[in-house]
Amino acid sequence: MSADGVVIVGAGHAAGTLAAGLRQGGYTPPIRLIGAEPLPPYQRPPLSKAWLKGEADPAGLLLRPATFYAEHDIDLRLSTRVAGIDRAASRVRLESGETIAYEHLVLATGSRLRRLEVPGIDSEGIFELRTEADAQALRARLGPGVRLAVVGGGYIGLEVAATARGLGAEVVVIEREQRLLARVASQPLSAFFADFHRAKGVTLMLGASVAGFATTAGKVTGVTLASGQTIDCDLALVGIGALANDALALDAGLVCRDGVVVDEHAATSDPAIFAIGDCTQRPMPRYGRTVRLESVPNALEQARQVVARLCGKPMPAAEAPWFWSEQYDLRLQIAGLSLDVATTVVRGDPATSRFAVFHLDAGNRLQALEAVNSPAEFAAARQWVTAGQVIEPARAADTALTVKQIVQSVSGAA
Amino acid sequence: MAKVTYIEFSGKQHTIDVPVGTSVMRGAVDNGVPGIDGDCGGECACATCHVYVEPAWLALTGSRTEMEQSMLSFAAGTEDNSRLSCQIAMSAALDGLVVKLPEGQH
Repeated sequence: MSADGVVIVGAGHAAGTLAAGLRQGGYTPPIRLIGAEPLPPYQRPPLSKAWLKGEADPAGLLLRPATFYAEHDIDLRLSTRVAGIDRAASRVRLESGETIAYEHLVLATGSRLRRLEVPGIDSEGIFELRTEADAQALRARLGPGVRLAVVGGGYIGLEVAATARGLGAEVVVIEREQRLLARVASQPLSAFFADFHRAKGVTLMLGASVAGFATTAGKVTGVTLASGQTIDCDLALVGIGALANDALALDAGLVCRDGVVVDEHAATSDPAIFAIGDCTQRPMPRYGRTVRLESVPNALEQARQVVARLCGKPMPAAEAPWFWSEQYDLRLQIAGLSLDVATTVVRGDPATSRFAVFHLDAGNRLQALEAVNSPAEFAAARQWVTAGQVIEPARAADTALTVKQIVQSVSGAA
Repeated sequence: MAKVTYIEFSGKQHTIDVPVGTSVMRGAVDNGVPGIDGDCGGECACATCHVYVEPAWLALTGSRTEMEQSMLSFAAGTEDNSRLSCQIAMSAALDGLVVKLPEGQH
């Protein structure tokens, strides 16, 4: 049976890390990596940042050199889609009709962008940003004086807004909610980013719903709001969230609930099938619930869990989830999830662009920390969140204390 | 190209030709050296490319950046010769560099 090895559906960050990790871990059966995109596994985070700015070279985007896979006996099949899973026969079926047997199957199918269903959405000049090809197309059009309308004030939208400003474009961000980053950041952080983007010349339209796109000869010329107002633009970028790619799993009868449901070791309801990365709904014992996360660290943590399982190595210790974003010269790093938050404490002055927001539960345990240009607070928080460290709000806010001193008792004991 | 010798926690050695200008982290990741993860892709955002620079090479590899210092201050097993290997770019002067890897990066 082991001659069939592992088949990995998807060739993104999670899949590429898993394949390399299996070989590093001594796994010798066949590894087949099947990806719909034409590129070997690559990093998506730079697509809205340095890469979009033109600062990173294409080869630098790849997770490993293109030659790595053949050198490590990993069968990389690109521009190839999987059409179905036959669990009874332990085979996947490609769109071409070819079938491939597996001993273990790993779904690393990622997420897809939520589509904005409004008139004119398919017009020329409207972009989304998920793949390297998307980024290429957008980068070719950005430049001085270009009027860009960003629909969606989430991380992708704001990172693109910052990059586009850096390239001299005129930028309007249109957000349906009353604040930026409404689903993914706290109110103090939203307010800080709104001020910062405005100071950089971005026009923000909050609480504004998009009704459709104005077009001329099939090309976008503006964004029409529900209010009737039209925002003129040459280009539009839509970034309004993502959905799990769980159709294959659903069709195969695996348990799914906003993502493929997995256990704390990335196993699905079929013991021969794992799922990793953005497509999973995973337990987060630290918070007593399951979550679906869209982040590189989450994908890598789950890839390491599958490596441990298939290589017979000890399971890696659970880690606090974390995230990062870069906009202008700001680095945002977030440790943990802002769940069950009772108290929010700001350490430092947002006006200095260097501050951290502590989120504590009713027992003052650190649930999450958002750090802007504050790597020490972030580095500490990753450990504190994992450990459920109790933090006294007044000490968190006291910048006379060093980060380490925040959790030291008055007597000085650690 | 310049040679870097990576010594795993187990003692196993890997000597790799790394292009000048490429980071010590990237040299390990691109060649499948176990023990350096580089989760953030070299942004100095994750502290999963921690190495111990052999003392003879410390002066040539320079000193930690402020960001790197902060990230390392809470990493497991940090020593005076700890660096984040994404922040060390290979140069001809570093040909022969030796770094030791910690027990784990997580």
